[in-house]
Amino acid sequence: MEILLAIVIGTAFGFVLDRIGAANPTWIGRMLSLTNLHLMKTILLAIGTGSVLMFGGQMLGLVDVGHMSVKAAYVGVFIGGLLLGFGWALSGYCPGTAVVGAGAGRKDALAFIAGGLLGAAAYMATYPGWKASGILNDIAGGKVTLGTVPGSSYEGLTAIPGDLLGLLLGAAFIVVAFVLPERLSGQGRAVPAE
Amino acid sequence: MVLNWKIGGLLLGLVFFLAVALVKPIGVSTQFVILDGVAWNAVDSSVVTQTEEGYTSTNAYLDKSSGKYAKAVANPLNYSFLFVLAMALGGFASVMLRGGLERGERQMPQLWRTNFGGSTLTRYAVAFVGGFIVLYGARLAGGCTSGHMMSGMMQTALSGYIFAAGAFAAAIPTAMLLFRQEA
Repeated sequence: MEILLAIVIGTAFGFVLDRIGAANPTWIGRMLSLTNLHLMKTILLAIGTGSVLMFGGQMLGLVDVGHMSVKAAYVGVFIGGLLLGFGWALSGYCPGTAVVGAGAGRKDALAFIAGGLLGAAAYMATYPGWKASGILNDIAGGKVTLGTVPGSSYEGLTAIPGDLLGLLLGAAFIVVAFVLPERLSGQGRAVPAE
Repeated sequence: MVLNWKIGGLLLGLVFFLAVALVKPIGVSTQFVILDGVAWNAVDSSVVTQTEEGYTSTNAYLDKSSGKYAKAVANPLNYSFLFVLAMALGGFASVMLRGGLERGERQMPQLWRTNFGGSTLTRYAVAFVGGFIVLYGARLAGGCTSGHMMSGMMQTALSGYIFAAGAFAAAIPTAMLLFRQEA
């Protein structure tokens, strides 16, 4: 059953990533250079929608809180984020969108994946050094959510009810998606809103 | 052309919701490590070994969290690995249904061509270097755009917000410097 779900949800994810332009480095470059925020609006709406459905579902008892999987917070998350952001802007791909792009026939995505496999191997080789440096040690409680989610095994950074906060933040993401302009930078020709 | 953001965002949000409702939040970058491990273990079978309690590895990273990654290397036909393979299938199906990808786009994206010319060697080299940096960074961070940014912020994970702050702090200035010409 899990195998079937992996194929169905994975295929749907790849399909949608291609259709929204996320697997096309041109759309990533437009978003990151702030000249066309159409993809940013898509992503913000997606995070908001996912959040509202998940926390709403939890509050109604329809979604298993135990399916949440919260990653640890540590200084390396920020440093790794900086590295990823630089490489993301340079190549126009992140790990998932490169896989989709390669499936769609983009040859530069294959080059990205080859480099990525080497980069992941380099991390496997250098992991003990990062571990010893303390940069991987938990900060602010490690695996925490912003509020305290009822029934969850994860601690809350605050005592605010986490499901309610999740619903509100989800709504906030949706509002930002709507109010964000189509571009923040560049004067060029007007870009149609698709 | 791409889907209108209201439709695209709803569909993408629905996929993220279905994943967490039915199985677990979406993540991708770990599977690059798993594929490396599978290849490495195929060449040198002493990398991952089965024990009474589970799996262990001579590599400290594969061995962490009680050999969680070592186990996936030994059994690559698991949910997370097949999920990522299926993503390529989804990209292929989507492109075929919208009439295929033009030859120029198969070589390099338009925005790159407009700013840096049509050398495929340059483009592939930059994509390779970019891939190296992205996956090194993703593993240091413990996740990528899917796992940290999308799944993480959706679950109100503190780590997701820290990751997104780092990623955009580097990505936006880099892209603004690189792509002076719009396309």
